[in-house]
Formats: sequence, C-alpha cells, structure tokens
Amino acid sequence: MALRQKLLVLYAHSPDLNSATVAWSIFDGTGKEKHTTGDSEEPPYLSVVAAMRDGWRVIQFPQQHPAFPGMEYNTAYLKYEYILEQLEDVGA
Amino acid sequence: MPNKEDLLTTTQMAKFVADGFLRFDDVVPDELNRAALAQMEAGIERPRGGDPVQGMWQGTAIGDVVQLPQIQGIMASLVGTDPLYDHHAVHIVQPNREEGQIWHADAIIDLRTPFDIQFFYFPHDTPREMGGTMVLPGSHYRRISESDIARYQNFLGQQPMVCKAGTVMVAHHGIWHCAQPNLTDRTRYMFKLRLNPTVRQLRLWNTDDIDAPEVSSELNANHRWYGNEARLEIVNRIKLWRHLTGDEKYDLGYWLSRLENEPTAAALVA
Repeated sequence: MALRQKLLVLYAHSPDLNSATVAWSIFDGTGKEKHTTGDSEEPPYLSVVAAMRDGWRVIQFPQQHPAFPGMEYNTAYLKYEYILEQLEDVGA
Repeated sequence: MPNKEDLLTTTQMAKFVADGFLRFDDVVPDELNRAALAQMEAGIERPRGGDPVQGMWQGTAIGDVVQLPQIQGIMASLVGTDPLYDHHAVHIVQPNREEGQIWHADAIIDLRTPFDIQFFYFPHDTPREMGGTMVLPGSHYRRISESDIARYQNFLGQQPMVCKAGTVMVAHHGIWHCAQPNLTDRTRYMFKLRLNPTVRQLRLWNTDDIDAPEVSSELNANHRWYGNEARLEIVNRIKLWRHLTGDEKYDLGYWLSRLENEPTAAALVA
C-alpha cells in the first residue's frame, strides 16, 4: 500500500464552514490530476462541510487575529482558508 | 489634448475604481494590429524608464497604437496627458502550453493612493483555448507582493480576456492576473505598457455625468470572491473616489461618514 496525499484548499465566505466557497485550489500528490490557474469556473464543493461529507478531512483551520493597529481597513489575502486532504492508495 | 468624446466618462471611472480594469474591444484597426504583431515578433525598442511616453516609438506600429485617439483619451483620463513610461513587455505564451501562469500582481506592496496604469494590448484574436490573460475584478486594493498569491488557482468571478484582435484592457497597477494556458498550435502575444502619472489624478476625465446614478451603482458592485470582506473593499473604493473627485465627503451607504463621526463639542447641560 502506498498512500499519497491530495490537498483541497477552499476559501470560504466567512469562518463558518457552511458558508459558500469563493475560491479554491487542488494539489494532487497522486499525480493523476493536474490543476492550474483558471481551470474551473465553479468550485468543486459549495462549502467546506460539503467537502467533508464527501470524505475530505480538514487538516488546517484559519486562525483569527484582530487587525493590526492602522491596518483595520486593509485587505490582502483571503482570510478563511481551509485545507483539506484525502489519502489515496496508488498501489505498491 | 484628447477630444472630450475620447475621454472616459465618470461611470467608466467608477467601474475602474470598483473593478480595477476596463476593457475596450476592437479599438485598434486590423492593419495596425498586423503591423504591431510583426513589431512584437521582431522586438520593440526599450526606452528608459521615467521618460515621457509621448513620442516614444514614433513612426512604428506600437507608436501608432499609443497615439490612437481612444488610447490617448483613456490615458489622459487616468494618468494625465503626459505620463511617464515605466516599462513594457511583450508577453509570449508558446503553443501547446497546458500550465497557467501563477496568479500575481505586477508590483510589490504599494501604499500609494495615486496609481499607475497598465495597458494590455491583444494584437490578434484570443479565444479561450488560447488564453488570454485572466484577471480578478476588484483585486487591486489588496496589499500583496507580486507572487504572494500563487497558492490560489480559481476565484468566483475571475475573467479571462477572451477577445478579438485589437482589444485593449487598461488596469490599475495592483490588479491580480495570470496568463492562461495556450492550447492552440499558435504562439500568443500580448503587449503590456505601464505608465506613471505626473499630475494629481483629479477629475481628468469627462465629468459631464458626475452625478449620474450609475456612478454609485458601479462603486457599490460586489465581487463574489470577496466574501465577508466586501464592505472593506467598499471603503477602499470610497477613499480612492474621494481622491479622484476631490470630494472629501463622498460616501456610499454612509460607510465612512459613520466612522468619521467623532463629535467633540460638549453637550449643553441645563
């Protein structure tokens, strides 16, 4: 048995895992799928919970920090980034 | 000076402030597209950064594109009639390239309210299977450095520049974008030109419609990928709109007025 990791990164509308997916990425360690920028117009799952129901395990939650003083209205990265994994047996 | 009809309208400016870019289809005539493409293939002279762009590449196809009345009008509206040349690049995507470029912005973190613009000129037809450049509407206020955003692959509302030959996009320097795969057997070309303003970007466009209701509608536009941060982006737009119009009280939906209300007068007590 040789397990390989697939990562699904979902960016949610809010910290609520039921909230809508607004951005997404897939990195496939099995080598079976290749994903790149702009390769889909709709997310693979409509929420983090929807992905969990399909067998994806959440392995990272976004931490929540208060805004740094002076940067309360700045925007940068998407805040609600959830990383999920599936392990797949690719054989011996 | 450009003709008034070639300047941007206030509604277009509001869309630029909200989306971070505007596109203009079929601006460049076919004959000029063919000559510009040949010039891109041969190589375009690289002027010195910081010199005035007017007069550059005189007598060549690219110079003629820059001097088109509509391009001059767009330029004058956003960065004035005499902007500085920053740099240019001929972007080439080889045939049968299946990997998209990573998302990025063409800058390090830039704290200015004044902004540079970048023209993206597509000299030949660019169907989806050929790319073109993918842009993310409303990403231009995000404080990131170049490829910091490379983990992202897709966003709700991302927009590929699928266009006919002669289409031009003009974008805020902070816009997130990436070249898309070219699955055809033809090489893809795109000319990018960055310009810096030399004057305060204050009401440089055709302001006849400054009070049109479409202006606030454009400024209020949501982008689906914002999620819970949509209102913070509205604040960013209000700040830039105040800078562009000189109206320091301008507001949308009372967002900034509320935050700026800090009374100092003591209440009269009987």
